[in-house]
Amino acid sequence: MSKILKIHELEKTYSSGSKKITVLHNISFEIEKGAVFSIVGPSGSGKTTLLGLCAGLDSPNSGSVELCGHKITELNEDERAQLRNREVGFIFQNFQLLPTLTALENVIVPLELQGSKNAIKIGMELLDKVGLSDRFHHYPSQLSGGEQQRVALARAFSNKPTILFADEPTGNLDEETGEKVIQLLFELNKEAGTTLVIITHDLDLAKRTQQILRLKGGKIMSNERTATV
Amino acid sequence: MKNAQSKATLAWLFKMAWRDGKASSSRLLLFMASIILGIAAVVSIQLFSENLKENIKIQSKAMMGADFVIDSRQDPTPKVKAIVDSLVPSASEVNFSSMALFPKNGESKLIKVRAIEGRFPFYGTLETEPVTAAATYQELGGALVDATLMLQYNLNKGDSIKIGKLSLPIIGTLNSIPGSTAISASVAPTVLIPYRFVNKTELLQFGSRKEYQFFFTAPSTMNLEQLSKKLNPILKSENADIDTHINESKRLGRRSENVGKFLNLAAFIALLLGSIGIASSVHIYIKEKLRHVAVLKCLGASRKQSFSIFLIQIAFIGLLGGILGTLLGIGLQQAFPLLLQEFLPFDVEIFITPQPIIMGILLGVLMSVLFALLPLLGTWYVSPLEVLRVSQQNDGKPRKARIVTLAAIIIFIYLFSYWLLNDWLFAFAFVIGVAITFSILAGSAVLFMRAVKKYFPENWGFTARQSLLNLYRPNNQTMVLILAIGLGTFLISTLYFTKDILLAKTALEKNENNPNIILLDVQPSQRDEVANAIVDNGFKVLDNISLITMRIHSIKGKLANDLRKDSILKVDKWVLNHEFRTTFRDSLIASEELVKGEWVPEIKAGEPIVVSLSEDLAERAKVDVGDNIVFNVQGVLMETTVGSLRKVDWAKMQMNFTVVFPKGVLENAPQFHVLATHVPDNESAALLQRNLVKAFPTISVIDLRQMYTVVESILDKISWVINFMAFFSILTGIIVLIGSVRTSKYQRIKESVLLRTMGAKSNQILKITALEYLYLGLLGSFIGILLSFIGSQILATVLFKEPFVPSAIPFLVFLPGITALVLLIGLSNIRSVLSSPPLEVLRKEG
Repeated sequence: MSKILKIHELEKTYSSGSKKITVLHNISFEIEKGAVFSIVGPSGSGKTTLLGLCAGLDSPNSGSVELCGHKITELNEDERAQLRNREVGFIFQNFQLLPTLTALENVIVPLELQGSKNAIKIGMELLDKVGLSDRFHHYPSQLSGGEQQRVALARAFSNKPTILFADEPTGNLDEETGEKVIQLLFELNKEAGTTLVIITHDLDLAKRTQQILRLKGGKIMSNERTATV
Repeated sequence: MKNAQSKATLAWLFKMAWRDGKASSSRLLLFMASIILGIAAVVSIQLFSENLKENIKIQSKAMMGADFVIDSRQDPTPKVKAIVDSLVPSASEVNFSSMALFPKNGESKLIKVRAIEGRFPFYGTLETEPVTAAATYQELGGALVDATLMLQYNLNKGDSIKIGKLSLPIIGTLNSIPGSTAISASVAPTVLIPYRFVNKTELLQFGSRKEYQFFFTAPSTMNLEQLSKKLNPILKSENADIDTHINESKRLGRRSENVGKFLNLAAFIALLLGSIGIASSVHIYIKEKLRHVAVLKCLGASRKQSFSIFLIQIAFIGLLGGILGTLLGIGLQQAFPLLLQEFLPFDVEIFITPQPIIMGILLGVLMSVLFALLPLLGTWYVSPLEVLRVSQQNDGKPRKARIVTLAAIIIFIYLFSYWLLNDWLFAFAFVIGVAITFSILAGSAVLFMRAVKKYFPENWGFTARQSLLNLYRPNNQTMVLILAIGLGTFLISTLYFTKDILLAKTALEKNENNPNIILLDVQPSQRDEVANAIVDNGFKVLDNISLITMRIHSIKGKLANDLRKDSILKVDKWVLNHEFRTTFRDSLIASEELVKGEWVPEIKAGEPIVVSLSEDLAERAKVDVGDNIVFNVQGVLMETTVGSLRKVDWAKMQMNFTVVFPKGVLENAPQFHVLATHVPDNESAALLQRNLVKAFPTISVIDLRQMYTVVESILDKISWVINFMAFFSILTGIIVLIGSVRTSKYQRIKESVLLRTMGAKSNQILKITALEYLYLGLLGSFIGILLSFIGSQILATVLFKEPFVPSAIPFLVFLPGITALVLLIGLSNIRSVLSSPPLEVLRKEG
């Protein structure tokens, strides 16, 4: 199977005054196209930093990231944005909906950025899939946490991404709502055949993916397939 | 991936700008208000100035009544007569001041007699009541009498008026005639008589002031400027001159120059305040939007796209604010002419010129975009990583862009001040002034923070320490608020100080030592009798001045005729042609100050004659202390040396002189006298005038009290406009203050909520916040007022050329007022924290 994400000897260091803090040490791994992958680890282990680097939101100090065949370390910021718009979907812990846009408008932003002519139609279909077609004109502040995350799910799939990064997708939701959102996420993912990368510290959720990468102190502790396979 | 290009169209950017703006409308209100008020001030003032200029152009002909006029303040010489005859005048006039007697009630009044031959005026109208009187007074041989005069003395058509020895029936009321303004008419109201009767008055004798005017109409192809250039030197040498309607237009423009300068200053300040308002309100707005931008970037929007969305939004609000501000400005300017009507010697026709409107709208967009650029740059550099809870430091990345933006702002301010002031140098000085103020304020803020840190009072109580800590810890608002409060206060009080400069200039002194009745043309033989008559009527003689007329014969050994041709020395022609009215006395008067040389009070017979010149005359005549001037005193040449130079305050209403002789020289020269007295009320003024005119028909009496009234009413109107514009700008300033202080809301609210969560009482949070804003308000406004005090002193000297009389209002009212306002807005920021549970606040404020 072809590799959709290739991470090679990745290093990330932050400066804090005169001190340098290395957040990620010599990280290397690969993800196959269509796989459901999870990255787990305790707080401060470097999960979010790794996600940022994988998705091209940040640049490493050394090493390389190859996403969908593009060495993103060689792209400038706008080229990376273009790549994200075409190939990547995101789900965030705190939903990150634009508060000044309605649910539908939020969902169609990635499509509109692509210049899609059917943005509204696709957006409505997706909202229907997440069960919110009757709330399309509501602003995020008028929706509950679970509803907001469902809108975020619809938005994440709207551009038909090749790879989807989910950063603690249930972190801000109660158990029941979280479970519903995860089920929906898996269903949509299966339907679209997207590669899914979930960042979580919830081991139960991680076990439902095909492969788990464990991080601690910025280093890979293990990278193994799960029984799910 | 090279040449990455998003397929999102411009239309999508507009759509996004609209979607976001629609949901943020309440947050954009302050921004919009700053633009509207700033633009309204600029547009109203500019439209009014444009109207004034245009009206002046249209009405200059009507004001003059002809295309050009040749006038002479003496009987025209043969050369002048030849020029006049060759150009064929369409009408002519001799005018002089005289006392008129009204036999109906025995009252008398100083009037200006205009004896006219021909069908003057050729432009504008001779407005009379009845209307036909304008056309018939020449044929019927009667007088047209000023409307106010008719009312004051209860005169009617058919009554008679006696001017000197001439008695004429009053044919009608004269409402207006080209060449008369409210002020000149109140000193001496105009009476029009046919020229053929002038000799019968027997008033045109030696010493009496008169003016001959010849009115010409010219074909539109005639180059009047060229004609004026060609004839003026010849006419000047013959004590005459030519005046064209083009000159008249320029002169009219100058009349309202200082008011214009002030209004422009008010416009400049209102716009700057508006700009600060824009910068601070956009600062809050964009700060809130940065997270949204990070999300957009995460979803694939490029830097250009996310930047453009907010740029379009700001530009659109600028456009809308510009249009609304322009509309408000148009509404406001309709009010100005109504107020200033009497001050202007013509009717102002209101029309709307396109330039200020286009400029208003353009300015709205331009100032919004420019002043929003600095905060907007944040959207360019915000990292998409922000969405992942990773706080990214912008390691000075926008430095270059910031410098370019700041340079663009400085150029904008410069070009705008040039547009208003029409003077590159003044515009440059304005920009430098604002930049210096900005730097001093920023420097003071830094010093203040360092001082608080260094001398931190460790032993103070919790709330006092907390409020001081807020001033210098990370993410503090000290610099931003001191800049905004300081600059706002600086601009507001500068406006107030300069307003006072203009108003103080014309404040009238009215105590009993200031003359309000002046008697002119008193012959030496009448002098003592007139003085006695004043005393007999129960008043004091305040001035008893001898007036001797003379001309300059030579300067530093060079004859006046040679100096006229001398292009190196450049002695002002006016000096060489002017008939000086000089006096002699042994001391300086209140309006004078010795600036150079030595004052010589008296000289004995045979000693060299030493004179004192006013500074401005010395400058125009290119002489200094020690130089020689020979005067021609009515045929007798008198050699003198400049002994001293005096600074003369010409604005003071008293008899001032360019040339003053010491005692012991001119006592026996042909002369006439000016006497002055102060009368307390109308009745005594009327009685004194009646008695004097009956006894001495050739002397002229000027009642300054009437002029004071007219001047006062004009000043009231000007000060209304000035106060109104000042108020308008101050209103903009208050909006700016609200915007600036609200900037700190989001910073402070989370801290206050945290304190509250940890158990801080409302009282403690209130005290911490109050103290912090008190320090900021006091420091910002104090430095602002102090700087404006210095700035106004400079403006008074350089721009307005008036003495600076500082008002205490900025220190007594603005300082506590602005501090209180800052305090109030600051406290209103945390109102929600005090009245709601902490969690609710955090959820609501995001």
